[in-house]
Amino acid sequence: MNETLLLAVISLSAIGVISAVILYLVAQKFKVIEDPKIDIVAELLPGANCGGCGLAGCRAFAEEIVKTSDLSKLNCPVGGSSTMNEIAAVLGLEAEEKDPMIAVVRCNGSRLNAPQKVIFDGASSCAFAHALSAGESGCPNGCLGLGDCVVSCQFDAIYISPETGLPVVSDEKCVACGACVKACPRTIIEMRKKGKKDRRIFVSCINTEKGGPARKNCSVACIGCGKCVKECAYDAITMVNNLAYIDYEKCKLCRKCAPVCPTGAIHELNFPPRKEKPGEPEQGKVSEPVAAG
Amino acid sequence: MKTFKLGGVHPEENKISAGKAIEVLPLPEKVYIPVSQSLGAPSTVVVEKGAAIRVGQLIAKGESFISSNVHSSVSGKVTKIDDVIDASGYKRKAVFIDVEGDEWEEGIDRTRDIIREVTMDRDEIIKRINEKGVVGLGGATFPSHVKLMVPDGRKAEYLLINGVECEPYLTSDHRLMLERGEEMLIGVRILMKALGVDKAFIGIENNKPDAIRYLSGLSAGFKGIEIIPLKVKYPQGGEKQLIKAVVNREVPSGKLPIEVGCVVNNVGTALAVYEAVQKNKPLVDRIVTVTGKTVAKPCNLLVRIGTPVGLLIEHAGGLPENAGKVISGGPMMGKALTSLDAPVVKGTSGILIMDGVEAKRTAQQNCIRCGRCITVCPMGLEPYLLAQLSEHQLYERAEKEKIMDCIECGSCHFTCPAGRPLLDYLRLGKNKTGIIIRNRVKR
Repeated sequence: MNETLLLAVISLSAIGVISAVILYLVAQKFKVIEDPKIDIVAELLPGANCGGCGLAGCRAFAEEIVKTSDLSKLNCPVGGSSTMNEIAAVLGLEAEEKDPMIAVVRCNGSRLNAPQKVIFDGASSCAFAHALSAGESGCPNGCLGLGDCVVSCQFDAIYISPETGLPVVSDEKCVACGACVKACPRTIIEMRKKGKKDRRIFVSCINTEKGGPARKNCSVACIGCGKCVKECAYDAITMVNNLAYIDYEKCKLCRKCAPVCPTGAIHELNFPPRKEKPGEPEQGKVSEPVAAG
Repeated sequence: MKTFKLGGVHPEENKISAGKAIEVLPLPEKVYIPVSQSLGAPSTVVVEKGAAIRVGQLIAKGESFISSNVHSSVSGKVTKIDDVIDASGYKRKAVFIDVEGDEWEEGIDRTRDIIREVTMDRDEIIKRINEKGVVGLGGATFPSHVKLMVPDGRKAEYLLINGVECEPYLTSDHRLMLERGEEMLIGVRILMKALGVDKAFIGIENNKPDAIRYLSGLSAGFKGIEIIPLKVKYPQGGEKQLIKAVVNREVPSGKLPIEVGCVVNNVGTALAVYEAVQKNKPLVDRIVTVTGKTVAKPCNLLVRIGTPVGLLIEHAGGLPENAGKVISGGPMMGKALTSLDAPVVKGTSGILIMDGVEAKRTAQQNCIRCGRCITVCPMGLEPYLLAQLSEHQLYERAEKEKIMDCIECGSCHFTCPAGRPLLDYLRLGKNKTGIIIRNRVKR
């Protein structure tokens, strides 16, 4: 009886020892030597896996940045410059200072400004609405308001305002991953510099029609009059296809362009209120409260 | 009774205007003629602002292989060349003409005398069809001359003429067969000559017994033309479905009908070919059905291309008060208009006005996996799956699941008990997948 027990214990132990040796040898043979920095960098990243850097998630970003040791090509928009500085410290490099960006909705065709002419009752998605028709207001470039950008946002940073029917971007929550920019079938959303104290000036319209047809559908459309281009002292405003565009790299936020716009298409955000001199006539028509971030 | 085997639905036919003879719509005051009215490359405008113009004069020239000429449908003065809002609300380049009188270009035979003798040879016929801007009038507006040029290594055996008109409500082809039957048959004979085939079948759905009877009688005098009555089933008028029903051949996935030796043309195209070849008349007008349950006077109108849709509706008794949707085309595949100023184009087969209740889509619910869409799909696809793939932007997978084979007939959408907008998803998916495929080919 004792012998049988002993035999079982010995044979099992022998199998265990042999297996351990085989496992050890195999582990040695197929060992993957990974740069320990990858784990450290991955740890520093926000872990949102949003794809804002252009790679398939944070781990891929960490591997790529450790492999190339090049900070100029890759940037984590979610972590921002603080994260990039930490990564630079790990890699022993110097991070470039990159301005924080934010998504900006370049359309102010709210229900009031661009009244509804027809009803779209197809599938509730901008992609379909864009493929099937010019939209309820008739503006071929304007926001369709069906919220493809909202669906694409992983950070809950964008929502459709029930009053205006337009998307609103939250300054605090937006991490500039660019998902909404890709989701918008009309390229209405643009990544722009967040600006000092969140101050931004932009043309809130991307309609390329001539003045008449543009105004017919929307009272706050850019009509391509060119007044802002003349007003700008820094050559920051260009006029292409009846549409003004403010280059955020060149813009000095002097605010001179906004009052001259006859339709109020130029929006300024987060500035202190203008001092109005008594008696001076109001120069530009001020549009309804800005609904875009 | 012959028909295609796979899938199909039977929507209410509602052929309200079937008994109404074709009327000629009085000349409009203004027309907007879009420059691109066919599939393929846009045509180039060849007239200038202020030019005096006559009916049948060339105003836009198709310069690439797949493109077609556009002619003026009225006489008068070109007021401007500008954008016009088309059916979808997007803008397209068009020639705006103020109508003055009705002066036709010389050499166009406007009488209704029937010329039976076909004197032209094959190349002359194709050249003439190209010159006169004839395109497929079934709705896809594919340039007809391209269809007639059979690629090397292929041989056309049969010509199929589509007189099915399977879309509910529409009756323009039906009236055309009844009233212009003989001219249409001569057109078929011309097409046969151009293709070098000696057998042509005209497929007609069995809900038009008068047209079947009339054309069967007439076709006795035309060698090689046979009338085939078909079972009433949507989409019997689809090119591939018609081939399957009539000659029992299947067009392989991604291929054209010529692969199985067939060429399909619409009855309207056959008539346009007759007019172009025998009468020297460019494609400047077409028959349009104006119909709807609440329309005062449903009718079939002979309309000049470029006439604003609003005028047609006025002729039919005006827009009913409870109108919910104005659709260009039939209820299954047509497109809701966003403006009544949109012009009639070569592909406009009908204007359908639905009342508010009829027009409303059912509320969209979740897919219940009943599989009805698969049962009715005439192409043997899985619409529920393709719609999901398209919704989640998995276009590569959608391509593998043959999304490009979808003929956009809308049977899946029609039958879905959960009211899912399957056709919308499929159209978007096809569009995006098509772009991916074209980019791949370019690379």
